[in-house]
Amino acid sequence: MQIYADNAATTKMSEAAIRTMTEYMQTWYGNPSSLYRIGQRAKEKLEEARAEIAGVINAEPREIIFTSGGSEADNQALLTAALNGKKKGKTHIISSAFEHHAILHTLKKLEKNGFEVTLLPVHENGIVRTDELEAAIREDTCLVTIMTANNEIGTIQPVSEIGAICRKHGIVFHTDAVQAVGHLPIDVKAQNIDMLSASAHKFHGPKGVGFLYVRKGILIQNLIEGGAQERGKRAGTENLPGIAAMAEALKESVADMEKKNAHMAEIRDYLIRGLSGIPHSALNGDAEQRLPGNVNFSFEGIEGESILILLDMRGISASSGSACTSGALDPSHVLLAIGRIHDVAHGSLRLSIGEDITKEEADHIIGSVREVVEHLRSFSPVWRDLTEGKKEFILK
Amino acid sequence: MALYSEKVMDHFMNPRNVGVIEDADGVGEVGNAKCGDIMKMYLKIDDDIITDVKFETFGCASAIASSSMATELIKGKPVEDAMELTNKAVAEALDGLPDYKMHCSVLAEEAIQSALEDYRNKKEQA
Ligand SMILES: Cc1ncc(COP(=O)(O)O)c(C=O)c1O
Ligand SMILES: [Zn+2]
Repeated sequence: MQIYADNAATTKMSEAAIRTMTEYMQTWYGNPSSLYRIGQRAKEKLEEARAEIAGVINAEPREIIFTSGGSEADNQALLTAALNGKKKGKTHIISSAFEHHAILHTLKKLEKNGFEVTLLPVHENGIVRTDELEAAIREDTCLVTIMTANNEIGTIQPVSEIGAICRKHGIVFHTDAVQAVGHLPIDVKAQNIDMLSASAHKFHGPKGVGFLYVRKGILIQNLIEGGAQERGKRAGTENLPGIAAMAEALKESVADMEKKNAHMAEIRDYLIRGLSGIPHSALNGDAEQRLPGNVNFSFEGIEGESILILLDMRGISASSGSACTSGALDPSHVLLAIGRIHDVAHGSLRLSIGEDITKEEADHIIGSVREVVEHLRSFSPVWRDLTEGKKEFILK
Repeated sequence: MALYSEKVMDHFMNPRNVGVIEDADGVGEVGNAKCGDIMKMYLKIDDDIITDVKFETFGCASAIASSSMATELIKGKPVEDAMELTNKAVAEALDGLPDYKMHCSVLAEEAIQSALEDYRNKKEQA
């Protein structure tokens, strides 16, 4: 049995997206900036894709800028709000402690350039509190950037409430929706979202392509200077095959989203119940406000990489918040942000299932994880100390 | 290319000499949960010969494979030889480790040295 359970890292491209991409490479190879018909047809195709994508999130086509993916969109969104804010003397930014590094590292860079950043806590359930957001807002706040759904623990943030608060205070609200677009309903108008980042490879589209939504009225700042593509806001000959395949994949993803989500949530909860049976384990993040495909557990007394490799041997591709690399092992900042201390953060496992997951596969996962955890604990000195009472269990 | 050599995978999947020695002559524990790998070595020593060795490890695949290989390299050997064991020898016996995983083999060397030190201390006290 081969089970791909790492869809939060990337997804397999859909057949339709592959077909579209191939067709576009063969047929619509013209440069959309060229004047002859092949070029102009390519331009039309580009705008078709833009309109389709805009429709999915209830934006206007001209509010969509194509990028090389989620990271670029995040970078451009933050730079846009920062430069616009600075012009008005506003240099304070609010974000959360468990954003993706595309956000956190960009914020670090802004801090070095005179910006002040407040990172809201995400608490044990992995969700920001809107009262804490409101309390953090200052006269000089130019941006609130909070992700729609977390990539490690899948917790969904109160985006509509955050949008309403930001609108009330006249502050730009950006959301990194890379894990949400194509998986959760999004309406940028109803939710008062000013900027939003998305990435095609998280919804069965190709890698290296994504988009940034920027509400009209906001002056967009360039990350990449050059030609006049994307109305002069993002230079570079457009990746039309990738963009068209992204539009195709997104259309497919949202077509029967409710049905797919209901199925995934059922299997997700089945997995959570099954894995909760393992002693001294705990689900990371809120059980309800979470992506339908995300399961994230900590197991006390063992280490993540070992779990992953043994699961791989049993045909299961998953991921972990821990990576023993350069001597000082850095557990995930997400797990630390929800209060898991190092000992427990190291033994974590993320399963991000796809819509075609079956009950039999879920049973295989549960059985395999049980085996692997038991095996690794059987020769773990930490586990021995815990069971012999020399150390206190953290996960009861 | 796979992340690890076949030897590493073999020792990770089927670690040799796992467990504890209740009446060990030397015990050494190194590492901590913060760094991610913890190893514990137990030695049984007769006439300055390591007659038995067991280990317990919390950690990544290379930490587990390194502990397993290290026990094989010193089992049945004189204490003097074990004192010379280096992490490089452990890594080489495993057909190499990725650069960023070399520190896991260092831990195996340190665990054995720490167990040998414990043995010497006990001997001096006796
Ligand atoms: C929440 C989040 N933001 C941003 C990114 C970066 O997206 P991309 O890989 O398309 O640059 C990812 C993907 O890893 C993500 O999960
Ligand atoms: Zn290690």
